[in-house]
This record gives sequence, structure tokens and C-alpha cells, in this order.
Amino acid sequence: MEKIKFERVTKKFLIRDDQKKGALREFTAIQDIDFSVKEGEFITLVGPSGCGKSTLLDLLMGLSRPTKGRILIDGREIDGPGLDRGIVFQQYALFPWKTARGNIEFGLEAKGIPKSEWKERADHYLDLVGLKKFADRYPHELSGGMKQRVAIARSLAFNPEVLVMDEPFAALDAQTRETLQAELLRIWEKTGKTILFVTHGIDEAVYLGQRVVVLTANPGTVKKIVDIPLKNWLEDADIKSNPKFVEARHEVWSLLHESEFIGANI
Amino acid sequence: MVSIKKSVGYIKKSKLHKQDSQLHFLTKLFKSSIVIILFLFIWEFAPKLGIVEATFLPPFSDVVNAWWELIKSGELWFHFKSSILRSLFGFLLALAIAIPLGLIIGWYPLMRDLLTPILELFRNTAALALLPVFILILGIGELSKVSIILFACTWPVLLNTISAVKNVDPLLIKSARSMNISSIKLFYKVILPASVPTIFTGVRMAGTGAILVLIAAEMVGAKAGLGYFITYTQYNFLIPEMYAGILTISILGLIINYGLSSIENYFSRWKQ
Repeated sequence: MEKIKFERVTKKFLIRDDQKKGALREFTAIQDIDFSVKEGEFITLVGPSGCGKSTLLDLLMGLSRPTKGRILIDGREIDGPGLDRGIVFQQYALFPWKTARGNIEFGLEAKGIPKSEWKERADHYLDLVGLKKFADRYPHELSGGMKQRVAIARSLAFNPEVLVMDEPFAALDAQTRETLQAELLRIWEKTGKTILFVTHGIDEAVYLGQRVVVLTANPGTVKKIVDIPLKNWLEDADIKSNPKFVEARHEVWSLLHESEFIGANI
Repeated sequence: MVSIKKSVGYIKKSKLHKQDSQLHFLTKLFKSSIVIILFLFIWEFAPKLGIVEATFLPPFSDVVNAWWELIKSGELWFHFKSSILRSLFGFLLALAIAIPLGLIIGWYPLMRDLLTPILELFRNTAALALLPVFILILGIGELSKVSIILFACTWPVLLNTISAVKNVDPLLIKSARSMNISSIKLFYKVILPASVPTIFTGVRMAGTGAILVLIAAEMVGAKAGLGYFITYTQYNFLIPEMYAGILTISILGLIINYGLSSIENYFSRWKQ
């Protein structure tokens, strides 16, 4: 079943013109983005800088409106922010004056969940991300990886239909990133959420996604959607050496570098 | 929970460790007080040895004696009370006006851009330069004194509050907005707590400013207060009493600064 559907989504902005002083010109951030995400699917988006991924996520989160086209969730057009979607940002975006638990409860309160259920829910999701012992720590007392776990728990706790992740592991060191990637897959299996994950990393995109949407830049369009034929992420410890992984990785790599090459010649 | 466990563990640690920390505390106390003790020592003996004129700088013990007499007679308390009441009244009034106003101005970019230049102008006009104006318009009573403290305290608090609201991390706002919370909730659940530390910097600046302006205002035209007391004793050549007054002001300043930074620490305990 289709969970999210992008229907020829285009977003244009007015920006300052570099040639003519004081003048504005139209800038197309994304053009005719058209694809859908299945219920319970883990889809990754990968693209060069300027592929309009922030724009696309803002549209999906309902923080801005498309110039043309529309985005549907369960067949309903998005008309603003909503708790059917949860987002995890690269820079965690935790409220520094709230503890790990407080941050999770913030989302629960926003969703209107009765206060009596907060503790149980917060505990459950802190446990899910392995931070039960750190419930009463403030963000500055947590490492980068732990902060991102709290952010994931916060987004999952209000039980959104779709989890949107905006380069969530880009600021972490390689070791922590790998751990969190595996854990995210485990959480995805456990919760069955639809996840839309944006990244710069080709390896990350191929490792996590069931499908990888390759975007091009200026304006952002979908170049190709690559199917990843891997099934046993969590069983195969060294899946990145699997020939299928290598092949898929190479395909995504070629697609990205092709567009860079074309871009350089304009 | 965690902190309770920690402190229990701490108590259980060996006696040796306890002695260690006692020693550490003593070292710290020594370091922080030695120069002050030295300073008082010089103050005591420089006049006694005739290095400075004892008439103009009486030994510290004389000042302490004068101070004690003033406390016993209740005279010092009388002046202290009127000073602290004036400054507290002006200071609190300034907070009550400047914080809400700053939050509103900071929240609306147009208002902020329009008003910030004139506010900067006011802030950089030394309050004491305006003292004659205040006395001219409001007379030499309590009103002019409270007003000038109010004036001096308002600007740092107002400008800091505006910049606090302006500088709230946009990602936090985006994060909260993506959770579909109303503007009012966004304001008091995100903007307000995120602004507290910066607002408090302004409050502390105002606290220091309040004492400074108060004393000067009392020196010019007043019948009570520590500023008045210092000029009065100077005119009447009661030099030890004058120093006692100055010492009281130092202590008052220390108390206010310590009090405000404790409150600040309490509200900013989530920061590094």
C-alpha cells in the first residue's frame, strides 16, 4: 500500500539576482518530484548538495507549501505540520533545558497523550534506543550518539506513521554511525514504521534502504530509483562486502557522478 | 535519582578521601582569602606606621569600630534600608516592564528592527548624565531616585531579552513546529526557556547598574540612604564613619551580585 505519494512536486523560490543588483529572480529548488513510498518501507534519498532535499523535507513536514503538485499521506494531501510525521535532524534539535525524558514528553504532550501514560511511554522508547539509564540526563551530559538516540526516541514516542530522517548520522563518528545504522534497522523491523531517510553517504543509503532514490541537483529531480536486493541486513555482519551490495553501491555511485559530470559542463 | 546514588557513594568512600577533600577545601579557602587579608593588613598598618595620613585613611580597626557603633545605634540600618528599598523597587519595576516588552519586541522582526537603534541610543546614554533632568522634572524625592534606577536597569534587560528571543536556535523552533504546536505554546515552551540565560545576563548587568546609579543619585540630592550618608560624613569630617559607609556599599554590591548569580545558576542548570 502507498503511504507517501509525491505527485509532480515543484517548489520555486524568489531569490536575489546575482547579476542585477536588487532584482529578484525565480529559483527552482525541486522540479516534478514524483515517486511513492510503500507502507512500512525504508526508503533512502541520496543526492549532491543543492538537490533540494531540505526543501523536499520541509514540504513533507508541512512547514512550507509546494508551488505545484502535491504530497499525499494515506491519500490525504498534506496541509501543515502534523504528528503523523516525526522528524529527526542532523543536529539533534533536542531542547537543552529538558532531560532526555522531558524531551520525549514534549512530543507526547504535543500529541495530547494523557499525562498518566507519559512515564511508561518514555521509558519504553528510551529502552528501545538503549538509554533507559540516562532518562534524567540533560542533552549536554550526553554524547552525540546518545543525543541522536534520544531524538529518535522522541520522534517514535508519539507514534507517527512516517519517520523522516534528515542526515541523522552525518555529525557522528564512523563507529557510532555504524552502530546506530544497525540499531535503526532493528528499530525499523520492530516498529514497522515507514522511514524516509535522507543522506549524503552512498554506503549509508544502500545499507539502510530497500530502495534508494537518487536525486540530481539544480533543480532537484529524481534521477532514478534503485532497488536494493538485500534482505538479511542484520544477520550478515559484513554485508558491505556482499557482491550484491557492492553492485548496488556502484550503480548509485555512477548515477551520482554522472550528474556531477553533466553539472560541471553547463 | 542519579545524584542521590552518587552522594550515597560519596559518603561511603574512605576517611582518607574525606580528609583529602577537607584539605582541598582549606587550600581553596586560603587561595581566595589570602589577598584580601593582606589588603586589610596593609590598611591596618599603613596608617599606624605613618606611611599614610591616619586622618584621611584611618586604620581598618577604627573603621570596624565606627561601623559597629553605627550598627548598634541603628543609623546604618536606617540608611541601608532606604537604599535597598529604592534600588529593589526600581530594579524589580524595570524587570516587570523590560522582560515582557523585550519578549514582544523580539518576537516581531519589524518591531525589533525599528526599535533596536533607539534602544541602543538610550542604553548608551549614561543614566547619571540624565540625573539633572530627572531631578528637574520629578524633584528630589523618592520618585526621581526610583525613576533613574528604573531607567538604568531597563535597557540592559530589554536589549538582552530582545536579542535572546532573536537568537533562539531556529532548529529548535523548526523541531517544535514540526510537532504541530500552537504559536502560544511555542512561545512559552520553547522561546521563553531558550531565552532565560541571555535574559539573566541582562538582569545581572542591571543589578550592578542599580547600585551604581543609586549611590550617585543619593549623593546629589537625598535625606537618607548610603550615598547620602557618605557625603554627609565627609562634610562633617567623620572619616571612619565614611569608610564604614563605603564598606557597607561594597557588601551590598556583593550580596546583590551573589544573589543574582545564584538565581541565574538555578535557571541555567541545564547548561554546561
